[in-house]
Amino acid sequence: MAVFGSGASRSFGGRGPSFGFRFFCYAVLSVVLMFYDQRGGWLDTARYGLQAAIYPLQLAVNSPSAAWRWLKESFATREALQAEVDGLRNQLREQQLITMRQAALQAENATLRKLEGIQPEVIEKRLVGEVISVEVSTLRQRLLVNRGGNSGVYKSQPVVTGEGVIGQVFRTGPFSSEIILITDAEHALPVTVLRSGVRTIALGTGRSTSLELPYVPQNYDVKVGDVLVTSGLGQVFPYGLPVGRVTKVTRDPAEPLAQIQAVPIAQIESDREVLFIWSRPGHPSAPASPQELAVEAKTP
Amino acid sequence: MNFARREPRWAVTFTLLLGLVLSVLPLPDWLSAVRPSFIALVIVYWSIYAPHAGGIFGAFAAGLALDVFKGEVLGQNALAAITVAYVAMTLHQRLRNQTLIQQSLFSFAMLWVYEVIVWGIEGWIGHKTSTPWRWLQPMIGGMLWPFIAMLMSRTHSRS
Repeated sequence: MAVFGSGASRSFGGRGPSFGFRFFCYAVLSVVLMFYDQRGGWLDTARYGLQAAIYPLQLAVNSPSAAWRWLKESFATREALQAEVDGLRNQLREQQLITMRQAALQAENATLRKLEGIQPEVIEKRLVGEVISVEVSTLRQRLLVNRGGNSGVYKSQPVVTGEGVIGQVFRTGPFSSEIILITDAEHALPVTVLRSGVRTIALGTGRSTSLELPYVPQNYDVKVGDVLVTSGLGQVFPYGLPVGRVTKVTRDPAEPLAQIQAVPIAQIESDREVLFIWSRPGHPSAPASPQELAVEAKTP
Repeated sequence: MNFARREPRWAVTFTLLLGLVLSVLPLPDWLSAVRPSFIALVIVYWSIYAPHAGGIFGAFAAGLALDVFKGEVLGQNALAAITVAYVAMTLHQRLRNQTLIQQSLFSFAMLWVYEVIVWGIEGWIGHKTSTPWRWLQPMIGGMLWPFIAMLMSRTHSRS
């Protein structure tokens, strides 16, 4: 609130001639802002700063629900907590069973692929972020998370939970970032069917419990129950992160493409924590960079 | 006599912030679909009763803050906000002397203009952010006007 009417226009006349002029100036400014914001570029820096300015307000707006959660947690009964601990213990046991043979399997895989040695894990680094707000409407499926550029989070970074992919970073501020979920109607994710290796694209539908695979030809091998993982194409996600499970395959003989629906594996609405991940560059499962793709295209 | 002292600037800043919070407060889907633009209502109010306190700049700043908050293209809500503010400011002397019902109708029209501008820009950019329920929002806003006007008139001394 720095600029106010000049002394002259503050006279009792009220209908100051400066209203029209100032309106015109700000209208031009708005249109210029819109124009440059659409084209990207230097306004991104301004937006980055503005995100920081607005962050306290975002926290304030979401504080009632945060307070409610905190209250619920602090008044949780001993039984409820015990049940949660038991559940987590069971989960840990199952996970341990799965990972027990991991080292042996990795060695086996390396031999089969005739690799020199065992590859390290493709996820090099991870960062836990806490969800501040969840927006799940038909038009926008977004999360606001309390990690931003200051923690090294970058635009279009993959974001996962313990179960699988939930989305990617859409916009960052210094202290926060906005995440577009894979179920957002504007999101498309390159996936592959784990069982048959069919590669396609999973589109968000605007509903948090469903994904669409509209580009699969009729005769391709996709069945109900198939697990979808990221395909490593698209330069964002590394290969092999769980995405969803196919729930419905409709093959209409009149249509050239099958209609396939899937349900995302990561539970988006209930999770309060997400993981930002960094892939190891040069790893075979890492998302291919444009240069690598160009080299592959040249060498048949 | 210094007129600047009589401008309720703190009240303007505070209510604009409050309007911003109300505009972005997370609500259930069905409720937020019909939520009127509180920020536009606050802007209309101040444009009528204290056109020089926040001025066009106040409306612009509030609109821009809303843009950043909602993650929409910068300037979208700002342009709608300054248009509404400008129209209300030009007519403020006439509007001050009208009844609350007449003002309600005016604010309904202003909210409608606001929605049309935002809708037009969304169409131009090709990024939809709202449902057809948005055309119900101005009506609800107009109905809320008497209450909002009464509440807000307590924040400053009417001359």
